[in-house]
Amino acid sequence: MSRIQDCFQKLKEKNQKALVAFITAGDPDIPTTKQIFSIIEKNGADIIELGVPFSDPLADGPVIQASSQRSLENGTTLKKILQLVQDVRQTSELPIVLMTSYNPVFAYGLKPFVDDALKTGVDGVIIPDLPPEEAGEFDPYASEQGLDMIYLLAPTSTEDRIRMIADESRGFIYYVSLTGTTGVKSQMSTNLETKVQAIKNVAKLPVLVGFGISGPEQAKEAAAVSDGVIVGSAIVRLIEQNENPADRDVKIGEFVASVKQSISTLG
Amino acid sequence: MEQPMKQIQLPDERGHFGVFGGKYVIETLMPALKELEEVFASAQSDPAFQKELKYYLKQYVGRPTPLFFAKNLTRQLGGAKIYLKREDLNHTGAHKINNTIGSALLAHRMGKKRVIAETGAGQHGVASATAAALFGLECDVFMGEKDIQRQALNVFRMKLLGAKVIPVSSGTRTLKDATSEAIRNWITTVETTHYIIGSVVGPHPYPMMVREFQKVIGEEVTGQIMDAEKRMPDVCVACVGGGSNAMGLFYPFINHEETRLIGVEAAGLGIESGKHGASLSEGKAGVLHGMMSNLLYDDDGQIKEAHSVSAGLDYPGVGAEHSHLNETGRAHYVPITDDEALEGFKLLSKAEGIIPALESAHAIAYVSKLAPEMKKDEIIVICLSGRGDKDVNQVADIMGVSL
Repeated sequence: MSRIQDCFQKLKEKNQKALVAFITAGDPDIPTTKQIFSIIEKNGADIIELGVPFSDPLADGPVIQASSQRSLENGTTLKKILQLVQDVRQTSELPIVLMTSYNPVFAYGLKPFVDDALKTGVDGVIIPDLPPEEAGEFDPYASEQGLDMIYLLAPTSTEDRIRMIADESRGFIYYVSLTGTTGVKSQMSTNLETKVQAIKNVAKLPVLVGFGISGPEQAKEAAAVSDGVIVGSAIVRLIEQNENPADRDVKIGEFVASVKQSISTLG
Repeated sequence: MEQPMKQIQLPDERGHFGVFGGKYVIETLMPALKELEEVFASAQSDPAFQKELKYYLKQYVGRPTPLFFAKNLTRQLGGAKIYLKREDLNHTGAHKINNTIGSALLAHRMGKKRVIAETGAGQHGVASATAAALFGLECDVFMGEKDIQRQALNVFRMKLLGAKVIPVSSGTRTLKDATSEAIRNWITTVETTHYIIGSVVGPHPYPMMVREFQKVIGEEVTGQIMDAEKRMPDVCVACVGGGSNAMGLFYPFINHEETRLIGVEAAGLGIESGKHGASLSEGKAGVLHGMMSNLLYDDDGQIKEAHSVSAGLDYPGVGAEHSHLNETGRAHYVPITDDEALEGFKLLSKAEGIIPALESAHAIAYVSKLAPEMKKDEIIVICLSGRGDKDVNQVADIMGVSL
């Protein structure tokens, strides 16, 4: 059983929802990412999603764009991120998912990327600009080797696309809760429950909700109708706003714990 | 010319030109792209839509544009006969409006009241704002801060036309980032907004759709050159940033293999300087802005900054179909530096009394090298994609002339 499957199995047994925490790898540098990784793990995140910085991240709002920029300025590369994964794997069994634009993966080489990702301890990938229609060169090999390809669904997805992606996705399904880019929004979309239910009706995999979840309140709301939440920009903003490492670590720890707490009573 | 031409089959139904093209976008946009494909297909086969489009191209844009025999330039260069396809004489001064009129009519057909556009030199922004004003659509134009500075006149034009110009401060603050920001905005507003992409770039169906709206350039040329010379040209030349004027000129000639097709890319400060926009000469296959095409990027997949004296060629990618034509060898792509383009700018101004856009000046500059090597009875057609008024301030600056 893969680490991701194992994770959802255990959550199910405990009757709990999943918390996926996102940070941009290498923001502001690789050692800091290692440090924040362990804080996020300690405070109850179930899966960690590491963003691979890209010069032109089209699906990201200003907060994650800026974090990509900081990371790239410090020389982060996909190779260094895989090295980082290998390092944290020495001490952690937390499922790790990479979120990346397609071009860095394409430049790395599709097969070498799948091989190296698995070798270093990556469990899954999210490539927002690689829908199933374009994944013919990548996904069959990733699938064969056991790297989970997590596809996105959106509020605009039609019924036939929901069915296709429910079939193609592995690990979990990432439901983009709003018609927009990543980033903290004050309100959740109004018909979240209906949309998630429509996916759950045809999907065997857990459905997680991400994009625009700002804190415990919204996480609770989203987790109540799904299998868990993905929180990104809200954490990344804490990295941006706190230059003092000790303050930053405390705030991130408290934030992650509060989100986990808010969804742990939902069953 | 030999009619009918072979049916051209590309892109395939998934939007691929060989390995290039496709739809590399976030799920949120996939349904909108499908809708656009369907609406475009139905418009293409709807005589009423075609009639309306023709009406506006004739009565509003001023088509057909002349194919002008550049006698002086021909004599001066002493080789092949040079014809200029005068897209600079279109309303708003460039070929861009061929596409924006068609796209605005499509927006109308889809019931979308708002359009957005990206712009580099400002020509596509002006053409979008113009079409939006004509058809009563709300229009937001995304433009890099660096381009806003170097194209102040076009910024003011867009505002006069009732559009909102949204400065983009991320990344290189040029066309690449304006395009990224327009796509992000589209991801957010896709249910009410139509995105008018300015070139044969972006996810399917854009490269095909923009080509279809621009191919009127080449279609007119085929008739006009037959009238003038009773035969097809030996060479067609056009500048290539994203490559819409080039695609528009080339497309009707693709199956006429005796006509060589040459795209002229921006070599900027010189290919060896690394500061250029020559994605076909120097780039490799990659994915940006929703399509696979030739791109400038580093070993880690990060997109490199392009450079060109002309804002319209200052883009690190190129249309997917150009990548395909390059790969199959049907078209050839050559680099021209900033300095050479400036010479072309001055050359055409003095020889023919026509000030070309800096983008089009790249094509002129290449022809100034090519024509003397050709025979006097051979024929070159250049797409003069836009007029140079917008560039006069910048060129004066470069020449050290204070106005």
